[in-house]
Amino acid sequence: MEKRTFLERMSERGTLVLDGATGTNLQSRGLTKGLPAEVWVLEQPEKIIGLAQDFVAAGADIILTCTFGASSIRLEHTSLNGKGEMVNRRAAELAQRAVEGTPALVAGSIGPTGQLLKPLGPLDETDAIRSFAEQARYLADAGVDLLVVETQFDLAEAKAALTGIQMVTNLPVVCSFSFDRGTRTMMGVKPAQVGNEISPLGVAAIGINCGRSLEDNQKAMIELRDSTSLPIWFKPNAGLPQLDASGNPTYDISPEAMAAKVPEWISIGAKLIGGCCGTSPDHLAAIAKEVHKSQLFPSR
Amino acid sequence: MNEILRAIYSSIIDGEQKVTTAKVQEALDQGTEPSAILNEGMVAAMAEVGKLFEEGEYFVPEMLVAARAMQSGLAMLKPYLVKADVKSSGKVVAGTVKGDLHDIGKNLVCMMLEGSAFEVIDLGSDVDPDKFVEAVHQTNADIVAMSALLTTTMPNMKVTIEALKAAGLRDKVKVLVGGAPLTQQYANEIGADGYAPDASRAVATAKSLIAA
Repeated sequence: MEKRTFLERMSERGTLVLDGATGTNLQSRGLTKGLPAEVWVLEQPEKIIGLAQDFVAAGADIILTCTFGASSIRLEHTSLNGKGEMVNRRAAELAQRAVEGTPALVAGSIGPTGQLLKPLGPLDETDAIRSFAEQARYLADAGVDLLVVETQFDLAEAKAALTGIQMVTNLPVVCSFSFDRGTRTMMGVKPAQVGNEISPLGVAAIGINCGRSLEDNQKAMIELRDSTSLPIWFKPNAGLPQLDASGNPTYDISPEAMAAKVPEWISIGAKLIGGCCGTSPDHLAAIAKEVHKSQLFPSR
Repeated sequence: MNEILRAIYSSIIDGEQKVTTAKVQEALDQGTEPSAILNEGMVAAMAEVGKLFEEGEYFVPEMLVAARAMQSGLAMLKPYLVKADVKSSGKVVAGTVKGDLHDIGKNLVCMMLEGSAFEVIDLGSDVDPDKFVEAVHQTNADIVAMSALLTTTMPNMKVTIEALKAAGLRDKVKVLVGGAPLTQQYANEIGADGYAPDASRAVATAKSLIAA
């Protein structure tokens, strides 16, 4: 079966469904607290496939690889130091196995380095570009359908990521920011700045993930939409974590409450919709149902 | 406030490191009280920076350059503070918990605490519970400040609190926690003494914990 590509599906009418959270869901499936999720790519691959399959079954058109923290800079201080290529390739293979026989696509996830670029932090721009390029090459070689640079907070780092990625692959790239100070990133970046400065850099879509409350994320999306003509990627958290009786973080937005917002997100302009931290397969199923409903009855 | 202290104060708020060091030197040369330079120049400036951050006027970059200006001035001032026997606001052992490598927030907290005249022992990131215990033991710290950015690592705050209990140190220190995924409720649940949503409020909370 020849799959329709990401760009083909983006050119169609309607909204695509992304996946939900990786970290919080793996943790509820037994990932040891404090362990990076990438450890399970090598040690518990069936759990990674299982979660991805649950998202596909819930209605995801695109699932992300478990490689958010798999850049060489981030792996350096973990037990996976030096295993960047193995982790990225395996994670891509696991995602591909999970979508086998379905039209769903695989997006290679690339997170921030976790360090600040000079002069504010210790990281050289060239080292950042090299690390991003390397991860992008591993993921592209493994055959992912697109790449997603996500949870970005610094324009300079996002630009370094795009530079590095575009040096090694022509795959479509999505660039997504986390506005975790409400409608500004921790570096003070506004959605409009993201729209103005990232839109011209050859990205296929531009977006928002993680962040804080659903209300703030929605406000940020309106600001972003007004500053770009690119399709919008929207993957908010299911609220902020609360603690359950056994001491595990849970999220305060129910699947129904999150899904109820979907028509509004679509009317604002979201073209790709999923969820970040706290978004379980149940949340995603409810979101997908709303997305599909809006496609059957396109009142807007 | 005299002119030099005012200049130190505004150079820190504006993050002008060179001006800060020049003015601190000038103030010392003129025989200004070290404690006045510290409190009226530096601590007051960092309090204002914290306020601007809370109000959404300043973000991480502005806070970092201000903290750096403050730190370079403080480094010059330190020998004079020791000589004049100026007491710190308290001693804090700080670190990002085990499994978590994020140190941007923790570094900001350390800088803001220093800017409020606390003595800070920074254990870095991915800090083992035993290391916290050992540091408290060695330094006689007043406060243990823990940071976590990941929902997957924040439970290690509780593990560290348990380790302090097991070592018989829990009653000797106050525990302050913070980090993006945390809430006051979570802090209460794990038995921390204080929670702060950002670096600026960490200072206020640390002060209230010392006063308590």
